[in-house]
Amino acid sequence: MIHLTAWDLVIASTMIMLLAITSLWLQLNITRQLLIATVRNVVQLLLIGYLLKIIFNSDNLFLLSGIVTIMLLVAGYEINSRQKYPLKSWIGIKIGTISLFLSSFAMTLLVLMVIIAPTPWYSPQYAIPLLGMLLGNTMNGISLGMDKLNQSVYQQQAVIEQRLMLGHTYQEAIHDIRSESIRTGMIPIINSMAIAGIVSLPGMMTGQILSGTPPVEAVKYQILIFFLIAAGTGFGIMLAVWMIAKRLFDDRQRLDLTILTKK
Amino acid sequence: MSDFTIKNLNLSSISENFSHTFHFSIKAGECLGITGPSGIGKSVLLKALADMLPHQGQLILGDIEAHTLSAPQWRKKVTLLPAESQWWCDTVGEHFHRFDDTLFAQLGFTKEVMNWQINHLSSGEKQRLACIRLLMNEPEVLLLDEPTANLDKTNQEKLEHIITEYQHKHSAPIIWISHDNEQLERVCQHLLILNKDEYKVISLKKAAL
Repeated sequence: MIHLTAWDLVIASTMIMLLAITSLWLQLNITRQLLIATVRNVVQLLLIGYLLKIIFNSDNLFLLSGIVTIMLLVAGYEINSRQKYPLKSWIGIKIGTISLFLSSFAMTLLVLMVIIAPTPWYSPQYAIPLLGMLLGNTMNGISLGMDKLNQSVYQQQAVIEQRLMLGHTYQEAIHDIRSESIRTGMIPIINSMAIAGIVSLPGMMTGQILSGTPPVEAVKYQILIFFLIAAGTGFGIMLAVWMIAKRLFDDRQRLDLTILTKK
Repeated sequence: MSDFTIKNLNLSSISENFSHTFHFSIKAGECLGITGPSGIGKSVLLKALADMLPHQGQLILGDIEAHTLSAPQWRKKVTLLPAESQWWCDTVGEHFHRFDDTLFAQLGFTKEVMNWQINHLSSGEKQRLACIRLLMNEPEVLLLDEPTANLDKTNQEKLEHIITEYQHKHSAPIIWISHDNEQLERVCQHLLILNKDEYKVISLKKAAL
């Protein structure tokens, strides 16, 4: 593997500088954001790089669980950001974390204990990248599904109430919206599975190949990851949508939107 | 069949300026009209009777209290026709389990209507179809929120006729909101006049036919 030196990164950064100068010259209004993002990117990634170095060398289960918990909670919080009608904060974090726990956590445990089975099974070198990749991807799907559900329910209150008036149960009244939301959340992962290898070379596989892994080995890992992301996203969205749908109705199956807020 | 009784119904949990406590009943086969100024809460009252809003007090049909049934079961018996009907599929037919020749024909539709696109319906057509959809479920109580507001004179009469016919055939209690006092005099036996702080029920001195 060819190691990158600090100078290599400095050369690459001149491209960013060039872009910043150009956008300043064209008065594009993105210069500030671009520079902040560049600095954040360098600092955050270098920090996690050194942190991972320490964790990989320690194999400490407590340290690992601490980091994993933080990853899960941050993802559970972030899943509710950038939604048009987010859930009230505590209920949103609860639903986000539970569904991510099922989708990413359970899948990662399956890989670590049954499929890859490193020694020890919680070996941070495997556990952290796998969980991170699963969390990041399932979070996208679940958050898209939740956004679609909340938005549709908000916009289609009258339709839902009409169906309730006709004696439909709340599951019947929200059925169409629920399946549309699950479909919406699944689109990204189904798309990337469908085009993988033809249109795009997935990032993980590319990284492994660059670092010298034989292509077919890298491909096997990539397929494994795709399966886990797809299954995790699907189950995660179903659980999140099911939990939210239940809370959108009161004990007499009346539509009750108090758990939604408006941005 | 059954009388519809409202006991100590209070809706102040929905809005503070809705302070009435309702206490009235409608005999099987009779129609109660509701009239009152716009925005006074006529539609809110009707929604509460279908158990679509949180409320205090009792709703009783015959000897069945609303809370002893599941909410969907209650709403199948005590069905509300909202002022503006809603449709969720693309075609008319997808909203009906079957086609009922007489009902559709009485309101001027042929079997063709089942293939019509919802987006192409006029508000009057939607209103007539919503009424058919409601009656085909054979509810025991009809709660009608301005059922003829978008209809021309001919269709208005047809719809009044169909509902009165249903009322007699099934001995169904009916509550009918309307701004048209002549219509209420035609179809109702009693009238509930709703005002800001009080309401009163008067008899129109006309027995059910």
